[in-house]
Amino acid sequence: MGEVIVITSGKGGVGKTTTTANLGVALAQLGLKTCLVDADIGLRNLDVVLGLENRIVYDLVDVVEGFCRLRQALIRDKRLDGLSLLPAAQTKDKTAVTPEQMRAVTEELRQEFDYVLVDSPAGIEQGFKNAIAGADRALIVATPEVASVRDADRIIGLLEAAEIPPARLIVNRLRPGMVRKGDMMSVDDIVDILAIDLIGVVPEDEQIVVTTNRGEPAALSHDSRAGESYRAIARRIRGDEVPFAEMDEPAGFFGRLRRIFGQA
Amino acid sequence: MLNLFGRNQSRDVAKNRLRNVLAHDRADTSPEFMEHLRNDVMRIVSEYVEVGGQGVDLQLQSVEDHVALVANIPVKQLRRRGRQGNN
Repeated sequence: MGEVIVITSGKGGVGKTTTTANLGVALAQLGLKTCLVDADIGLRNLDVVLGLENRIVYDLVDVVEGFCRLRQALIRDKRLDGLSLLPAAQTKDKTAVTPEQMRAVTEELRQEFDYVLVDSPAGIEQGFKNAIAGADRALIVATPEVASVRDADRIIGLLEAAEIPPARLIVNRLRPGMVRKGDMMSVDDIVDILAIDLIGVVPEDEQIVVTTNRGEPAALSHDSRAGESYRAIARRIRGDEVPFAEMDEPAGFFGRLRRIFGQA
Repeated sequence: MLNLFGRNQSRDVAKNRLRNVLAHDRADTSPEFMEHLRNDVMRIVSEYVEVGGQGVDLQLQSVEDHVALVANIPVKQLRRRGRQGNN
């Protein structure tokens, strides 16, 4: 019996979809059968981030409306054994699915997969309620900005009200250099304010733009820092104790110099 | 912390602004929150003073750069010895 995990944030544009795609890849790399569910009906994105947009036949709404069986709507990722996608509908809106229907879909998926990751839409309305309906736990993505952390706090409250066990936090797009200069909140600052457990930190990484352009999630290759972070998070999801990498590691020549002279 | 030009570091500014905004958000989002806080405060305060019935006012207010818990509690009279004996 697999586990259903919703990935959510409240605020849009903080990297939920990229996170979902990469965690799916990283979990599948660990040999865990993983299904990604795009719950953002009307604004389908997970398929393009994964590079699977040309293979969609049926979608989530087709499944709940009975036009096809669940298995027919799943797209298997040919690059990676064990990774599948259940795409959102692009032409319907969020009211096309109810929380009960969503719960039924995730229940069926967990029979077959080790992990079901649900990519939540931004906001706190119907789409969000659908996305959390069948979830056993939640991962909250926040970037080190006031608006993002504020929205994350609101989401934590809503998840508590929905009696979903304490969520864990992914701090996304951290820029360690700016933190050191005092121009960005640190991971500790954010964890302190939100008072929830951290499950991972993903540094800002230009590779993400490149890999997303290509539809090949960063976690697929081994030469991106962000990809490395996603793999660590995937192992923590599985329950491994993975030490947190030192995000304060100064990058580049001057960073190394500063370290040598003990100013890091 | 101040930087070279005597300005607050934006990291600290962000933290303070967040704390403020969340103090309000959290109080707003759970209507029971202020009620619980009021009851607990009154319970403790009553051990020291006899509270004058009506007119108890307790609220979170933004004061310049921080949030304050402001209480206005009418007092009938002080208890002679305050809380004692059980600690």
